[in-house]
Order: sequence, then C-alpha cells, then structure tokens
Amino acid sequence: MTSTAVTPPRNFQFRSIADRENILGGIFLAPAVLYILLLVAIPFFVAIAFSVTDVSVGDTTLDFVGFRNFIVILRDPQFIRALKDTILFTIVSQVLILVFANIVAAVFTQEFRGKWLARMLIMLPWATPISLGVIGWLWMLDSKFSPFDWILVNLNLLGPGTLLGPGNHMNFLGREGLAMASVIMVYVWRNLPLASVILMAGLTSIDKDLIDQAQVDGARFWRIHFRIKIPLVLPIMYIALLFSMVFTFTDMAVVFILTRGGPVYYTQVLGVWAFFKGIQGGALGEGAAVALFFFPVLLAVAILLLRLARRTEVN
Amino acid sequence: MTSLRHWLKQALIYLVVAFFCFFSAFPFLIMIINTFKDDKDLYRPQNNPFIYNFPPTLDHLKFLFESTNYMTFVKNSFFVGTLVVIITLVISIPAAYSLARLTGRWGERAGIGIFLVYLVPPTLLFLPLFRTVVFLGLNNSLWSLVVIYPTISIPFSTWLLMGFFKSIPKDLEEAAMVDGYSRLAAFFKVIMPLSVSGVIAVTVFTFTLTLHEFIYALTFISSSASKTISVGVPIELVRGDVFFWQSLLAAAVIVALPVGFVYNLFLDRLVEGLTMGAVKG
Repeated sequence: MTSTAVTPPRNFQFRSIADRENILGGIFLAPAVLYILLLVAIPFFVAIAFSVTDVSVGDTTLDFVGFRNFIVILRDPQFIRALKDTILFTIVSQVLILVFANIVAAVFTQEFRGKWLARMLIMLPWATPISLGVIGWLWMLDSKFSPFDWILVNLNLLGPGTLLGPGNHMNFLGREGLAMASVIMVYVWRNLPLASVILMAGLTSIDKDLIDQAQVDGARFWRIHFRIKIPLVLPIMYIALLFSMVFTFTDMAVVFILTRGGPVYYTQVLGVWAFFKGIQGGALGEGAAVALFFFPVLLAVAILLLRLARRTEVN
Repeated sequence: MTSLRHWLKQALIYLVVAFFCFFSAFPFLIMIINTFKDDKDLYRPQNNPFIYNFPPTLDHLKFLFESTNYMTFVKNSFFVGTLVVIITLVISIPAAYSLARLTGRWGERAGIGIFLVYLVPPTLLFLPLFRTVVFLGLNNSLWSLVVIYPTISIPFSTWLLMGFFKSIPKDLEEAAMVDGYSRLAAFFKVIMPLSVSGVIAVTVFTFTLTLHEFIYALTFISSSASKTISVGVPIELVRGDVFFWQSLLAAAVIVALPVGFVYNLFLDRLVEGLTMGAVKG
C-alpha cells in the first residue's frame, strides 16, 4: 500500500530523468564512449597483446613469446628500410608541404579573379578518395606512357644526346631514387591542400587593423608576412602539421597502389609492411609488432605539437 | 611606377596560382582525357597526351559499366556510406550535446579525449580489428565496414557537433525549459532545428570518409562482389598485369570529381573543426 503512495506518476518519473542533467548527460554520452572503448581502446590493447604472441591467421591461440616478434622484425633489413623510408618520406614531405602551404595561403589572402575555382582545383587531391587519385598518378608515372616523358622529350630534355639521358623514358617508379621522390611528391600532392586551407583560415582570421598599422609604419609584404602573420598563425600551423604528419606517417594507400614497396623494397613503408606480414603472410603477431612502431612516434609528435600550439596561443 | 609594381604583383599571383592549380589538377585532367582515348592513341608514347590524335571513343566507358563489377562497387559504397551516416548521427548527436551542455568541465576533457581518438590511425588497429571481424563472422561482408567505420566518424563528428552546439546561445533552451519543456524536449524542439547545417556537414564528412577509407576495406573484404569503390577500382580493375587503363582512369575520375566537389563546399566547416581544439580548447 505504502509503495504506491511513494511512487510518483510515471509521466513525472520520465520527466525527472529527462531533466536530471548528469543522468541525461551520461545516457547521451554512453553509446559513443562504449563504441570507442569496444572498437578502438580494446583493439589497441589487443594489438599490444598480439605483438608479444605467436598468433597467426591459421593458429589463433595467443601463446606468449615475449619480444621475439620485435627481435625478428628488427633483424629484417626490409623492416629497417621500411622504418627509415616511412620517417624520411614523412619528414621531407612535411617540409615541402609547409613551404608550399605558406606560399599558397599567402597568395590566397590576396584578391584575384577566379579564386573560387582555383581553390576548388587546389583542394581536389585532398577531397577525392586517395586510392582513386593514386590511380591517376600510376598512369602519370608509367614506365612507358608517362605524360611527363612526352613533355620532357618535347622540351629536348630527355632522349638521345640530352640532359636526362639517352632513353626516351624516365621510368619514375622503377629506379630507386626516382621512385622515392615520386612517393614523396604524391604525399605532398595529397596533403598540401589540407595544410593550405588550415593556414588560409588562420591568415584570414588575423585582425585587419594590425596589418593596416604595420603598413602605415612602412612594412612591406614579406616583412608583414614573416614578422606579423606567421607568428600569429603559428598555433594553427602546428595543427596543420600534426594532421598532415599523422596522415602521411600512417598512410598505406599511396605506396600500396603506386609501388607496392618496390622497386625491390626501396619504397616500403610501415603500413604496407604490416599488411604484407599480418594479412597476406598471416603472421598477425609480427604484423602487429610492425604496426606498433607507429604508436610512440605518433604520441610524441601529437604531444609536442599540441603543447607548442597551446604555448604559442597563451603568448 | 606604382602601377607597374601592382601589375607585376598581379602577374606573380596568377603565376603562383596557375602553378599550384596545375600541380593539383593535372592528374585529373589526364584522367578525363584518357577516358575517351582510343587504344592506338593512348599506347603510343610519341602521341601528344593532351589532345586526341585519333577520334575519341566511348568504348571504354561502355566496357566499365557493362563488363566489370564497377556498378556493384558503387552500390556497395552507397550501402555502407548510408548506414554509417545513420549510425554516426544517432550516436554522435546526443554525445556532442552531452559534452557541450550537460557534463560541465568533466565533459570538456572527455571531448578532447574523443578528438584524440581521431588521431589513432587505422594502420595501428587493422590487425586486431581483422580478428574481431573474423570472430563476429563478418569477414567478406559489407557489414564489417558498417560496424568499423563509425570508429573513425564518431570521434570527429562528435567533436564537430560539440563546437556547433556550444555556439548556440544557452538562453534558447533555458527559455524553453521555463516554458515547461524538459531538457530532453528542449534539445529536440529547440536545438535540433537550429543544428540542421551542422548535421548536414557531419553527414557529408562521414559519407566521404567511407568513400575515402582504404585500409579496412582492403583488409576485411576479399571477394570482388563485396568490394567498395576505393578498393574495388584499384584492385579488381587490374587483372594480373593487364591494366584496362582508360576504364580504370574513368572509374577513378567519375567518383573522384563529384566527391571532391561536394567535399569542397563544406571544407571551411571542416577546417573550423580541426583547428577548434588548438585555438579554443
């Protein structure tokens, strides 16, 4: 009898949940947190577990083998090359991206006709699916039919008795140095738009009065750019760099489609190597060990750049 | 003198813009041209790659649509994309509102935490997730992608929508609640109608993300009939060493350009989302 008296009407009970902010907040947030815990956090720890076991596609029991996988891959010259290449590709492409993005962003803060269309064209590489863009590059860098070959031949730069040698083909993807340069170029092509557009957003948000004042004081374009604008957009530039680095460092589509790591294994990167080991070779443990090499580097870069961004922001 | 300097400056701007436009768009231009090139035109290195040395042909487009799995890939991509958008919206809209309004300081930290999840790369997770997918019996099924893709789209969408909800004045809900609405009702009747543009942006990003994704699609699915565009085109349209180049390039550019165009329209909002963490967080 008493219980009916205590229990409020149903409608009222519902309303109280709909109004209690921490409960409602928890209910609203729970699915997202659960999804991320189940399919990001747990797999992350499973990856660590894999890396210290002999798990494979055929034998799925987890037998602890200590650091054997790491020792095996560290003794593999192909892995060492993949690690070095991944780092080299990332660093060189980021330097180029930063330089080019500054130029693009500086130009796009000026007035000129056809800006909308130009921005659209410059953004295309980043807006389109990466694997489809790389298909285009596969043709562009083809050993026999590359349009660059035709251009170079017709400029008298390639062919018998010319600067670039007697053959009529550069064979971009078949020669060690050129293949590495090609991969770097495609990374620049792919990530330059994002860095540029982030910098553009930063530059346009700068207080106009500040620039006007500098102009009144007699400062010229480049002085204003390097002494006033760059320091102001530095935090945003760190963020652009962070995303661009993460996307480049962990990418596998470019190398997988463009070179498959070749010629020989001269353009191998960690992502593709982890795929070849873990999925095609079936050695999940070794593959996971390869993939785990990403983590400390990413963590260090993320912490460093976010810190730098914060610190510059406060100043 | 000043007019000369002005003229030089304009010329320099156009030169730089033209260079970067060319760098970015050149592959797409060649892809479009090659789509209609005759075999004897394309496979002769002496031919000018920019013009049609022989009359253009539609044969390769016909081949693409009639004799390959291309339309299956397109359908698969739309299936996955649509379901992932629905899952992402259902989960990240409430989560974002919760972080923006209901959870206070604690929510702010959780928000940054969720954003950082966006930086955890698929390359790190694809091996354990492959095991998970096999365990769930979803390998070779499009459902594997439907289940896994929200792990990328939810963090970013939640972050973006959180910023969006924060920009709506609190007074609006408070006024509605004074009028007798519950917090829940105020969210649905006041906030949601104001958030349509944010929801559209998140929809576009999530859908394009499912079209862009490569590693998971490559790892989880091996049968041709279940492949999506991003993997089906580069893997299936190359038979052994035989490249059907015109069809291949057509397949890529037909999807790449429209996706690129739509994505571009929402780019500013994306940038806002990406930089929000650094500047205001």
